[in-house]
Parts: sequence; structure tokens; C-alpha cells
Amino acid sequence: MKKSVYINSVGSVSAQKTFDDGFLENIEQRSDTVLAVVAPNYKDYIPPAAARRMAKGIKMSTVSAKNAMQGAGVDENEIDAIIVGTGLGCIGDSEKFVSDIIDNNEQFLTPTRFIQSSHNTVAGQIALGIGCKGYNFTYVHSAVSFESAVLDAKMQLEQNEARTILVGGVDELVDHHVSTHRLIGHIKEEPVDTMSVLKSGTSGAVFSEGAHFFVLSNQKRTSCYAELMALKTFNTLSPGQLGDNVGNFLKEQGLTEKAIDLIVLGYNGDVEFDGYYDILAKGPFSETPQAYFKHLSGEFDTASGFGFWVANKILKHQRIPDPVKLNDLHRVTFETVLIYNQYRGENHSLMLLKKC
Amino acid sequence: MSELKQELKEKIIEQLNLEDVAVDEIQDNDPLFGEGLGLDSIDALELIVMLDKDYGIKLADPKEGRKIFESVQTMAAYIEENRSR
Amino acid sequence: MGKGVAITGMGIISAIGNNVAENFTSLTSNKIGISKISQIDTIHKDDIMVGEIGETNTQLEQRLDIAENQWSRTVLIGTVAAQEALAEAGISDINEVRTGFISGTTVGGMDKSEQYFYDYPENPSVRQHITGLHAGDSTNKIAKHLGLKESFVTTISTACSSSANTIMLGARMIQSGQLDRVIVGGTDSLSKFTINGFKTLMILSDTYNTPFDNDRKGLNLGEAAAYLVLESDAMVEKNKKNVLGYVKGYGNANDAFHQTASSENGDGAVLAMEKALQVAGMKPEDIDYINAHGTATPNNDLSEGRALIRVFDKKVPHFSSTKAFTGHTLAAAGAVEAVYSVLALQNDTIFPNLNFKTPMQEFGICPVTELKKKKLGTVLSNSFGFGGNCSTLIFSKEA
Repeated sequence: MKKSVYINSVGSVSAQKTFDDGFLENIEQRSDTVLAVVAPNYKDYIPPAAARRMAKGIKMSTVSAKNAMQGAGVDENEIDAIIVGTGLGCIGDSEKFVSDIIDNNEQFLTPTRFIQSSHNTVAGQIALGIGCKGYNFTYVHSAVSFESAVLDAKMQLEQNEARTILVGGVDELVDHHVSTHRLIGHIKEEPVDTMSVLKSGTSGAVFSEGAHFFVLSNQKRTSCYAELMALKTFNTLSPGQLGDNVGNFLKEQGLTEKAIDLIVLGYNGDVEFDGYYDILAKGPFSETPQAYFKHLSGEFDTASGFGFWVANKILKHQRIPDPVKLNDLHRVTFETVLIYNQYRGENHSLMLLKKC
Repeated sequence: MSELKQELKEKIIEQLNLEDVAVDEIQDNDPLFGEGLGLDSIDALELIVMLDKDYGIKLADPKEGRKIFESVQTMAAYIEENRSR
Repeated sequence: MGKGVAITGMGIISAIGNNVAENFTSLTSNKIGISKISQIDTIHKDDIMVGEIGETNTQLEQRLDIAENQWSRTVLIGTVAAQEALAEAGISDINEVRTGFISGTTVGGMDKSEQYFYDYPENPSVRQHITGLHAGDSTNKIAKHLGLKESFVTTISTACSSSANTIMLGARMIQSGQLDRVIVGGTDSLSKFTINGFKTLMILSDTYNTPFDNDRKGLNLGEAAAYLVLESDAMVEKNKKNVLGYVKGYGNANDAFHQTASSENGDGAVLAMEKALQVAGMKPEDIDYINAHGTATPNNDLSEGRALIRVFDKKVPHFSSTKAFTGHTLAAAGAVEAVYSVLALQNDTIFPNLNFKTPMQEFGICPVTELKKKKLGTVLSNSFGFGGNCSTLIFSKEA
């Protein structure tokens, strides 16, 4: 008998002020092509001795993970497993290590940057920090890194292999990465206002960073945000196959498009690829309340973690904040939320959440 | 020698990101590892690079570092004796 | 406990051979793949030895019919190994049933990223490598080349246990009915990045690595790719598949001790082995041979040896590390040694732990140092990585 999987708490550090308890009451309005996170005061969360070797991604994750554990009221020793998704890991240190190799002709290199470059350094350091000897995995697969982590956790909780799992997604915004991705047009050339991202009419995205952590469990706590019903990822999907695949995904859960109370879409304002979202928004979900989020979070490999955070918050508070509304449709209660994301036409994901 | 010790304290703080430690808090004979400054094996590797880069001293075996890095005093003495820059 | 998951195909390219058969020949004729580095221009070339794959990028590109300098070496060798695994499993239409692809890598396209790091602004002809810095990009390229569509594809990067963990995830996805079959494994090419990284940790040997020897000086880095095809019982039955062996048990745990080093007593390793035994429904005495992680660093071999003694008490089974043949192939190591474990089962053969002379002073256990024939029903394989990541897999002849 499969157990149900609950999202008992959320934690976020993002380009919005999300590290506190709020829910997008005051939006950071910016006009740029890249967005850094609104950083908490890391010293409030991390002792200096521990922080001295931490890359930005580890600091963001530590705060986000601590907030998630606190929100669920779980002790560190109750965490059975830690699973992290990250497109690039602590890319700042990786790139610095590469430039040091070149600049110093392979001499006088120091180990810290190399150690941080290991993609699993965030999951490893969290485990080290809280003394968690359980399962520890890191997924590094572009736009489905976070989803892979959630899927793994879901499998373990359903089979009761673990009871409480800390799951997160993290990525850093780094200079060299930004400058190279500008060269290949993945980043917008012209700055765009936060609330006008969808009207930009240009290709590329606004790049950003963030860390989103969640406590998933097969036991529902009073803090519960939502129940995780289903999740599926696809390495490819042509526009013509998207609708059918979403239909089949819902059918496997005994649902139809009509049963969805809110669809959260990963629109990032890239005219070349936003068409995927239009297929759902203007097609089978045209009569469904719709929300979007990347104008607030920016685009990064684990930006869907922010989308997941938004969907969870909406289900818990039963309210869609104005800045994420894509249309004016409403429901008296929000029972079921579908999240759809893709990046540059690849690595599509569907996540289905239910009110708990 | 006392100049070198001062220099080493500054470098240790900078190189190892010991933001909350001031130079005058490190005594010449304080243990650097374990109970003293609380440095660990990764810091030892960082210090080995510092010996190489700033003083031209190459250590082949990280175990050699244990004695040398006992304190600022022992470090300074070793550097005085072996430096090539 | 649970029934094992069938392995129906394997593919490998390493310093000791370009396919499974060549690797087996080398393992059984003491032909090691460790040499001076020839394909990367590094100032450390006289201080280190590596396990390098013989073929150049150009040869690999020609073999795969890929345009010049489009792919990282990690992708080239990964594709070679994955294709061999699919061919052996007799899979011609990859999209026929629910098929997944899970790959492990640590460097991904780093060989190209480091080569062109400063060249991108001026040289548009190398910009195809910009996205190669994403580890998952190597997996995507291999999946695309295999023709996999609308499927579950992901990448695991847990340092040196990465591909062991892909096998674990793949087995769990088959067991939970989410996939009918899955290609699992990993790929990592040599790069200046890893050479210099391990150099800063001062754990590279300047000569042939000597696992579990008292005077071991450190590891030799290697490069390799290896993949296995796992299939559900229904698939095996329907297509009357030849089963090479089974993934019977698996366990992952964290040492939670240090960012790079293993704990003195191998806590994480003990937990991983115990979990794997539990999943397999086996007792320690059911294990016939252990393919150890055995990197030949002072720290790993001491920690792993102590962990073996803790799990198996006074009856540590025959064990050996094959890293004296291949070097430490990082993310690929778990899958490389999974292939070797299955070969051991198929041939009732224990591969020797080469270069071993002096027993370690800390304990009395010694590896098998010569090719040994022995009836094998089960093989346990360890893979440990930075971040305290410890993984154990158990393979068996019977389901």
C-alpha cells in the first residue's frame, strides 16, 4: 500500500524577499537582465566558523533548509534523507578554480574551491551540519534537477523507506556563466521590468538564482502545505504532443483538465519557447485560473523550486497573490494545482499538488 | 622573526577566511589546529600552498605539515630555516 | 526480501579496453591501463600517472560519426559505452516501451570548458561548448544520440559514487513500476580540472597505485564510461531476454564526517553495506566476493578496510580493488566496477588486486592478489565519494 506524500513546510531564498514568512506582499520590481537574490543576513543563520568556507549556494541553501525544518517543526535528527537538485552546483567556485588553473598555469591552487565544485557539496554540507547519516543524493539535470530530487523523495516516502526527507533545489548566479550565456542568446539583451517580462517580445530569459527547500514526509503535520499527488518529467516533448501528455498524466490520477483549480506555468518571457505554455494556457486550461512566477524569480535551472513554493503557498493560504495572476479567473477553493515547466523546449516537467 | 609572525597571522586570517578572528587574538604558541584556532585538514592543505607560493617551500607529504603548523611560532621557525624567497 | 532487477546489457570503455570483452581480457591477463598522460597538456605530466583511454577524440568522433569538436570527451566515451550496452541487450527500438536513462558524471563537459574558458567572446566557433558546463548536458546529448524521446532522463552527481547511485535509482524505478527498462551508468573524462583538484588534496600517486598496501601513496586518476541495461521481469519474460546478472541490493548513506575524507572507522561505509545487505535480504556470510572501492589513498583504504571488518567481522570475504588496472574513474567508477562484478559472476572469477606487497599495519586483512577461480553467487561493490557519500551495490547470479 503506497503511502501519501505531504509537503510539510517550505523554505526559500530568491530574487524576492521570501526568506521570511510573507507571501509576495511586496514585490521587488527591477529592470534588468539578471537578478541576484534578496539575501538574508547570513550571520543570523550560520556561525562564522562554519560560514568561512561556504559558497553562496551553500549559504542560501542552509538558510532555506533551516527555515523549512523549522516550519515543519522537525528536529535535525528526524531527517532521514537529504536530496538536492542543482543545475550547476556551486558554479562560482568551479569557475574560479578553472580560471585559477589557467591564470596560474596549474600552480599554487588551493583545495577549497575544488571541494566546493563537487556538485554534491550542498547536500554533503547540510548532512555534515546536521549530522545526517542517511541517504544523500544530488541531481544535476538542467531544468529537471529539482523535479528529479522530488521524484526520488516521493518514491522513498511512498514505499516507507524514509519518513521525513529534506528536498531542495539551488543554483547560483555567476559572472562568467552570465557573460558566456549572453554570447549564445540565452539571456535577454535589453533589460525588462519585472511585471513586463511576458510582454518583452524578445528572446532569451532574465537569469537569476535561488535556493528552495521543503520537508516532505509520509506523515501529515499541522504545518502541512499540500499533498504531492504525481510528478513526471520528459527529456523531449514536441509542441504537438504536449496536450496529450498532460491529459494522460492527469488521467493516470483519475482526473481531467477540468478538475484542475489552478495551473502554474513556467513562462519566462522568451518568445522562442513561451509557446509551449500558450498551448496549455490558451488550450485545455483556458477556463482555469492561471499563475506564473519566473518574472519574480528569474530563470535558473531550479527555478521550478520557486514555482513549487508558490503553488504550495497558494494551496495553504487559499489565495493567489496579484503579482502571479495570469488571468482573472477564480475558484472558491483551490483543491488541485498543476505545475508545468520546461526550459528552451527541453526537460519538461509536470507536478500535481492537492490541498491537504 | 616577530615581523614574520605578524605577517603569518595576517595571512592565516585572510587565506582561511577567519573573519571573526583578530591578529592580536592569536598568540605565538596557540595551537592552530584542534582546540586553538580550530583549523582542520583542509586548512592544512591551504597552508601548504601558502608555504609554496609565498616562501618557496614545497612539502611532498601532507603529514609533514602537522609538526610545522603546530603554532605560529613553529611555522615561523620552519620558514626562517627553509625559505627560498 | 525483494527480487533482484535483471541486467540484460553492459557496455564499457576504459583504459583497459574499448568494450566489455577487451576489459575482461585485460582483467584476466594482468594488463594494466596506467601510464603517463598523453592527451592532456598539463605541467604535472611527469609527476602523475593516469588511466587514459587509448583513442583520441578524433578517433572517437570518427567511430561515432560525429562532426569534429562538437562534443566533450565525456559525451564521446559515454555514447560508445551506452551503445554497446543497448546492442548487447538487443534493443533496437529504444522508445518501444517506457525506457529511462540515468547517467552519473562529475566533470561533464569540463574538458572543453577549461580549454575554451577565455576564448568564447572572440571565437564563435567554440561556443557550442558553453552549455557543456552543465553536467546534465552530457546526459542530454547521449540520450539524444540514442534516440530517446519523451522519457525519464536525469543525471546524478555525488562525486565518486555517482554511477553506483544511478544503478540504485534505476533499480528502484523498475521495482516501483515506473519504468520498463532503464540505462544506468556514468561517464567522466580526464581534465585539468580534476587533475589539479586532486593535486591540491595531495592524494595523487606519482607511480602505479597500490590499493590496500601499507606503503600506498595515493590514487591514479582514470577516465571511463560504463552503462548497464536494467529491465523489469515482465520485459525479460516477454522478450525471453538473456539475463547477465541481477541488482540484488543497494544502500546509500552519508559519513557526515568531513567534506572530502572518510571517517576513521568508516561509519558511512558500514551503513551503506548494511543497508544493501538488508535490501538484498542477505547476511554478511552470503557475500562471495567484494569489489572494493580501494582507491589506494591512505585515508580510503584504511577507512574501507575497517568498515569491512566491522560488517563482516572476522570473516571478510575475498576482496580486491580493480583500480590498479583502471585508475580511479570518478563518476564512472561505480558502473565500471558493476560491469566487472557481473563479469566476475558470469565467469566465476575474482580479479586480482595488483601492486599489493605489504599488508597494512592497522589490520590483518589482505586482498586477493592473483586471478582466482571461485564459484560466485554474489558480489558486493563499494563506491565512496566526497561529501561523505557512500554507496554499496550487491549483484547476484540468481534473481
